[in-house]
Amino acid sequence: MLDFSYTRARSAEEARAAAGEPAARLLAGGTTLLDLAKCGVERPDTVIDISHLDGLSDILVDGTGASIGALAKMSAVADRADIRHAFPAVSQSLSLAASQQLRNMATIGGNLLQRTRCPYFRDPATFPDCNKRNPGSGCAALGGVTRNQAILGTSDHCIATYHGDLAVALVAFDATVRTDRREVPIDAFFLTPDDRPEQETVLDKGEMITGLTIPATVAARQSTYLKVRDRQSYEFAAASAAIGLDLEADGVTIRDLRVALGGVATKPWRARTVEAALIGKPVRPEIIAEASRLAVEGAVSHGGNHYKIELAPRVVARAILTVAAHLNPDLNPALGETA
Amino acid sequence: MTIMEPRKHGSSADGAVGGRLSRFEGRLKITGEAVYALEYPAERLAHAVLIQSTIAAGLVTSVAIDDALAAPGVLMVLTPEDDLGLTVSADWQGNRPEEKPYYPLPRQVEFNGQSIVAVIAESREQAEEAARLVRITYAPQEGVASLEDPKAGEGKRLDQLSVAWGDAEAALARSPVRIEATYRTPREYHCAMEPHGLTAAWEGDQLTIWEPSQWAHGMARMYAEWFSLPVENVRIVSPFIGGGFGSKGQPLAYGAVAVAAARKLGRPVRLAVTRPQNFTSYGGRAATRQTIALGATEDGILQAIVHRGASETSVYADVPEQTGAATPILYKVENFSSESRVVPVNTVSPGALRGPGKNPSAFGIECAMEELAHALGMDPLELRLKNYADRDYQSGKPWSTRMLREALTQGAEAFGWARRSAAPRSMRRGNKLIGWGIGCGTFPVIRAPSEAMIRILANGRVQVVSGSIDMGQGTYTILAQTASEALGVPVEEVDVILGDSSLPGAAIAGGSMLAGSITGAVHKAAQAARDELIGLALSEAGSPFRDTGANTLAIAGGRISAREDGPSLTLPQLMAALGRDEIEVRRNTLTDDVQSAEDQKKAWTTMSRVQGPTMGDYSMHSWCAHFAEVEVDEDFGTVRVSRMVSAFDCGRLYNPKLVESQWRGGIIMGIGQALLEEGVIDPRNGRTMNANLGDYLVPTNADIPDLQVISVGVPDLNASALGGKGVGEVGIVGVAPAIANAVFHATGKRVRDLPITLEKLI
Repeated sequence: MLDFSYTRARSAEEARAAAGEPAARLLAGGTTLLDLAKCGVERPDTVIDISHLDGLSDILVDGTGASIGALAKMSAVADRADIRHAFPAVSQSLSLAASQQLRNMATIGGNLLQRTRCPYFRDPATFPDCNKRNPGSGCAALGGVTRNQAILGTSDHCIATYHGDLAVALVAFDATVRTDRREVPIDAFFLTPDDRPEQETVLDKGEMITGLTIPATVAARQSTYLKVRDRQSYEFAAASAAIGLDLEADGVTIRDLRVALGGVATKPWRARTVEAALIGKPVRPEIIAEASRLAVEGAVSHGGNHYKIELAPRVVARAILTVAAHLNPDLNPALGETA
Repeated sequence: MTIMEPRKHGSSADGAVGGRLSRFEGRLKITGEAVYALEYPAERLAHAVLIQSTIAAGLVTSVAIDDALAAPGVLMVLTPEDDLGLTVSADWQGNRPEEKPYYPLPRQVEFNGQSIVAVIAESREQAEEAARLVRITYAPQEGVASLEDPKAGEGKRLDQLSVAWGDAEAALARSPVRIEATYRTPREYHCAMEPHGLTAAWEGDQLTIWEPSQWAHGMARMYAEWFSLPVENVRIVSPFIGGGFGSKGQPLAYGAVAVAAARKLGRPVRLAVTRPQNFTSYGGRAATRQTIALGATEDGILQAIVHRGASETSVYADVPEQTGAATPILYKVENFSSESRVVPVNTVSPGALRGPGKNPSAFGIECAMEELAHALGMDPLELRLKNYADRDYQSGKPWSTRMLREALTQGAEAFGWARRSAAPRSMRRGNKLIGWGIGCGTFPVIRAPSEAMIRILANGRVQVVSGSIDMGQGTYTILAQTASEALGVPVEEVDVILGDSSLPGAAIAGGSMLAGSITGAVHKAAQAARDELIGLALSEAGSPFRDTGANTLAIAGGRISAREDGPSLTLPQLMAALGRDEIEVRRNTLTDDVQSAEDQKKAWTTMSRVQGPTMGDYSMHSWCAHFAEVEVDEDFGTVRVSRMVSAFDCGRLYNPKLVESQWRGGIIMGIGQALLEEGVIDPRNGRTMNANLGDYLVPTNADIPDLQVISVGVPDLNASALGGKGVGEVGIVGVAPAIANAVFHATGKRVRDLPITLEKLI
């Protein structure tokens, strides 16, 4: 039996104090922690249960944006009418993730911190080499099965994909992660592996996510999350895109565009080059398709994941055209059959 | 012990055999009342966990267990050092050429994921934690990861699976239209909802094993042989099974380990195989590769089929996945040649998975037929009808019944096939390409004897007692229907007791043979019970029918009556009048020459009395034709099945509702096979990289469209006593090619290796 102590924190302050211990883990929804404990990746000494703490699961939406407590359940956020209205991509990214049972348990804070699904990371008994688990040991995924590994943001030390969906939408819309000590723009919150794959976010030991802030923008309100996969439900993305779009009064020229990719990178991936290439341009399929290819600039194939280099730009382009056609139905014929 | 508590059944208005009753045990399962193997209470229960190898091949040079033994609650650690005292068991036929020892925890590692060590402790959690402390040292050897490993080679030709008639090579060379292609299927797994595992308890030299089993008697025999016990001393209890699909027909290494541990400890032992361990504790469907060449005249008459197949097997057993199983019997062809090979690789021995052989075989021939149709510019339905097999060209025998033509034509009618636009890429819906494809399927009628007991109780209730099993396919229900019909009692008066090797013997629930076999035995026993009851009513002193002097007594609706104006009694009234507590009748369907106790034992515990589809005057098979529609998003390569129509010839249906459920289950597994399922193997060490249900993808509800199923069968009394043919496996056969053909029709791209995942289409 793995002996660990279980503490039901009486307050956020108490939880934070206990979480500073070396092998302490916070328990919220538990969907990641339990899973990783079962496959031998996580072996906490202390589990600090924060699932019941007051004041950390509120969801507030007003004209300036949304504030979502770290303990709000994925399904609760996804189902909120005001979230669906002001941040459709956020709601969709949650609804298309995991299964209903998991969404009912998993929290927003935990969702951001989910670990990779890399099969080498998850099989420590067979593959001791993993720089995330055991810094400096190597990366067993290199030369192995790579169909679901990342093509963007990889290094010689790690090619594991960040598989979360929500964070992709949040990166597109410049959300901020609130912790007990600071506020961090979400794009800066996640780290690429570089030579330190074990360090996945900027969180310090014992630092606790308390919530998220998503600023209200026109692009966020006019957004979509497109997730492409072989199975219709309950599968991680082969590639996904969170898109927000605003058009000029002419209904054709792009005024604002947000593009982020999921399922292809080591962190939620903002594609600013695509945005820059298209702002001020008209919505036309060939222009969108060409600019979308910029989304995989610098991509590295590892064989089995090569298809993502072709797939990801198509997902971006389709998502942009889908929102555009929604904003201006007159564009539909011009967008042809791809919209 | 009554495994199944007496309970009310469906309304008698549903009818007896042929009625659409719901599954009797369904509510028990939905409400959690059904008790499964790992839930049986046992006193002083100890828990075993397995440690599996992490290399493909090598020798275990040492196992350090001191830390584990010192861990809290640990009772025992079993390693390759421990001689568990087991003997190799006989094969399916009961042949046991030599007695040699069996090591379920071997020193020689034959595949990655092989069980090497077991830790037994007071609790499951203690055993798991102690297992982490065991250190295994290997001397690795070079392994072969998979069929596609360059080191795998061409393997061994299996002469007994090689078939030829006419001169196929010459006829192919002469044919004006020829196609040739190679088709591949990956490792696929059963993924039964209930994982493997068991609870084992010894009382002296009596062994009881609670384990999900597709064949209680056969498994009892194999356990008995391992442990050198009389088969009577082993009892397998398996009243409820959370899915088998072929994976639960024989005891496996983990079972030997748990039973041996229970004997050593003198305590009951429970061993739950984890979901990841399931993937290597019993083999799934082997990866296959087959090349098919077809030759035809310009008007589409098949001239030759040349088939060369290979499947992977383990390094310790030759288990073929017969890619040539359906190839010879689907179409009329005068020149045929098929060869099969097995290629040893470092994998667990492949196992039987729903439609073994026939399934990958149909993927090959049914894709090839549509490739030929495309080459000919002919409608694939027309090509199939044009080459309809009027008899079995392999055995030369006539079909007993073959309604495949009706399946094709009625299926096509229901599907709307006539509206198909022939050219690939010519059908669209919105921005999706639409494709239609056909795949035919077949599964042999395999016949086996069974035994059954009928008890009529004083309260008028009837018990059907059989050691056969119900893994969800409906044995409980159809046996109640069978007894109800034969005895003339309402179906709600019948209780069915199953799933125990101490009960009357039965065929395996495999090879789609159980229903046809066990309904025959139950029908025979129930008719004998009815005859006995009527005989007693006519002869016993207390019976009001004694003086009727008539042999025209009838039992209907649970009442026994003479002529219209004569007496009429309920069964309890009659049993009281006869002064009987119960009437018990036991019958089997063995021939008269093999009724000795020894012959019977062998019949119930081996496959020695099983008869193949052509062991008689006829060639007997179930048949089907699937019509699939797919939507393909060409930008993304994603395929979704948007509707299917499937027409079946399975003879008489004992319970159409349950049969349709079996067919749909097979079709759903076929959709998974076509689009999702693939065991992913690390080429460096043979590790299964997606050994869990998050990464090994089976269809979700969202992947399954409306599945219309149609029965075109007629009763086939050569196939079984009541006229049914097998229904459990034929449903999956032909689904994958129907979908692959539809994908080609939609996109113009021919994907010849399953599954059809998005990267193959973008």
